[in-house]
Amino acid sequence: MMIVAGQSQSAYFLEEELPSTERSHTLSVLVDNEPGVLARVVGLFSGRGYNIESLTVSEIEHASHMSRITIVTTGRPPVISQIMHQLGRLVPVHKVVNLTWAGDALERELALIKVCGKGEIRDEALRLAQAFNARIVDATLDSYVFEITGAPADIDRFVGLMKDCGLVELARTGLAALSRGRNGITSAPAVAG
Amino acid sequence: MTRQMTGAEMVIQALIDQGVDTIFGYPGGAVLPIFDELFQQEEVRHILVRHEQGAGHAAEGYARSTGKVGVALATSGPGATNMVTALTDALLDSIPMVCITGQVPTTLIGTDAFQEADTVGITRPCTKHNWLVRRIEDLPAILHEAFRIATTGRPGPVLVDIPKNIQFQTGTYENCKGKALTQYHPAVKGPEAAIREAVELMAAAKKPILYTGGGVINSGPKAVALLRDLVKLTGFPITSTLMGLGAYPASGRNWLGMLGMHGTYEANLAMHDCDVMVCIGARFDDRITGRIDAFSPKSKKIHIDIDPSSINKNVVVDLPIVGDVGSVLEDLIAAWTARKPMQDKAAHAAWWKQIDGWRAKRCLTYRPSAEAIMPQYAIERLYALTKDRDTYITTEVGQHQMWVAQYYGFEEPNRFMTSGGLGTMGYGLPAAIGTQLAHPGALVIDVAGDASIQMNIQELSTAVQHNAPVKAFILNNQYMGMVRQWQQLLHGNRLSHSYVDSQPDFVRLAEAYGAVGIRCSKPADLDDAIEEMIRIDRPVLFDCHVVSLANCFPMIPSGKAHNEMLLGTDVTDEEIETAIGAAGKVLV
Repeated sequence: MMIVAGQSQSAYFLEEELPSTERSHTLSVLVDNEPGVLARVVGLFSGRGYNIESLTVSEIEHASHMSRITIVTTGRPPVISQIMHQLGRLVPVHKVVNLTWAGDALERELALIKVCGKGEIRDEALRLAQAFNARIVDATLDSYVFEITGAPADIDRFVGLMKDCGLVELARTGLAALSRGRNGITSAPAVAG
Repeated sequence: MTRQMTGAEMVIQALIDQGVDTIFGYPGGAVLPIFDELFQQEEVRHILVRHEQGAGHAAEGYARSTGKVGVALATSGPGATNMVTALTDALLDSIPMVCITGQVPTTLIGTDAFQEADTVGITRPCTKHNWLVRRIEDLPAILHEAFRIATTGRPGPVLVDIPKNIQFQTGTYENCKGKALTQYHPAVKGPEAAIREAVELMAAAKKPILYTGGGVINSGPKAVALLRDLVKLTGFPITSTLMGLGAYPASGRNWLGMLGMHGTYEANLAMHDCDVMVCIGARFDDRITGRIDAFSPKSKKIHIDIDPSSINKNVVVDLPIVGDVGSVLEDLIAAWTARKPMQDKAAHAAWWKQIDGWRAKRCLTYRPSAEAIMPQYAIERLYALTKDRDTYITTEVGQHQMWVAQYYGFEEPNRFMTSGGLGTMGYGLPAAIGTQLAHPGALVIDVAGDASIQMNIQELSTAVQHNAPVKAFILNNQYMGMVRQWQQLLHGNRLSHSYVDSQPDFVRLAEAYGAVGIRCSKPADLDDAIEEMIRIDRPVLFDCHVVSLANCFPMIPSGKAHNEMLLGTDVTDEEIETAIGAAGKVLV
């Protein structure tokens, strides 16, 4: 009747990780722009073991001190619901909307990409930049800085190509995202918040 | 009505305006202006503790036994960090608490100043909300909002960190009690459609069960009365978590006892076999569910909770109802009464027959002893001799805590203060002091273990100073009993550091503090000793020597389902030791 070999050695029930049906979700979070609000959000993700793939935050209404945080996270559907409800529990959070659930959201990111090289490589970099609608924002005799705006996957592809064209460094802004159609975040159905 | 006053005055004024009569704290450099104001008034009583953690737990005991907010006050740096355990405890058990801490002056923040700590940073994950007050103009609204947030929705601890220069500055005070500073407005009323659906599910149930928790008590006396009405109306059997004990009386006909890891056989088996489970203000904690994939596999689950994040967190439910327990139960009972459902009487009778079969196991039976005090017997006698009095019980954490939950029958809510979620050893004595100061004439007993009591023993001095005649009833088995039990069960009886050597003489320790010490080691003397403890109108340390190797049963071992319980009568202590000793050899 007692403990046999192979049983849990823990006071807790240690569950095996289930095979994941994880996918990435884009969450839009409307918050009071007050000291520590970003720390609350980030601390919630690290404290409860959730992933952050991308996080963007900026004030959107100066008068009412409102910021919009766009978070890309991954997880199985129940985990995503839990993340949204946990965010909704934070006092400065006004609203949490899952843009991925809401449908095909607009997602854009900006990247600055520095390449260095001469001759054929430099020409190839310029041709690819034109093909991807990247702008030249800085140029020297042996370098360019391109600015590109687009869906993260497009930027990934461009960056991948630049690796063979003398990529020195890059900076990405993280995601800005909005739902399509006439409704804004304040009129969207709240899942939490 | 606005008035000019200093920040320190505002703190006291806000406490008065919130109806606070007692706070628990410890002074230090960064809160001296507030302590100076405390000194110059008589409306708020300050209870000086001996360690800030004690202030936090005392505030929790005060809050849980009254339903009001508990207030704690501490200085910056170590004062605040000592408070962290109590704040986390209050967060996990959803206890309304406001903690005010001093901070170094704003000009010194970030310079590693003396007794500087990033208090809001450290306490962000262990409070419901917190603020660092940077401007005197913000202070009145923040103080009042702290109380509103601590008490609305799912209650919890809120911390306000006030730099010393803000305490000295003068500003305009306005009593903004009840005014909302933030947009925090949790929904109270449950959705009607879901409540109607719940009535249908419950009406059709053949093997129903009510599984209730601390949310019922937190919701208040109305919710407790409604829960009792619901049991009467439906005839459903009812079990509860540790946090919910007392919401339904232990003497009630439908009471199955506590459920979970050390719950009763009948409660856990009924949970496992039920067809409709109504979870009211509980959160499917891992101590309750056991093995998740085998948890109550055949039931439809209804979950009433004010916190949407509690829904589907551990167990996926069929019908969530987000709302305050009191409000939802009111609507639920109204809908039930209007619907006048015909219940399947035969099915219910069969269900009760099955439950009576489980009850017949008498899972709390233990082997009595004429020579040594069995810990279960000690709790039974304590219960018998205190149940007809105005008694409040607190506990520390461990075997003694579970024995209280099993053998002490709670008839009313707010009578049992215990650290459930965090499992904080050292909670019980300061919580008892907080409870005693809220209920001066009552009998307040901290049932403790010999290890736990030493975690905040310094608070005995607080009890003596403030004439709080709390009784610490120590089940002394010379072990950290629960740790040892796990080591016996899971680690081949290798009792690594769970024996408490060099124990103090508790009787002389009590006397050193100016309290009274009592020792008892014979079952025949126990009743007289308990009666003596009750008679003494001073703090008492009761050193109750119990058999050292008793274990806490029934028990659901980790990774097991509700219907795979171990019963104490199946094994003797010796058998446990040898059985696991042998098994331990194959556990590499």
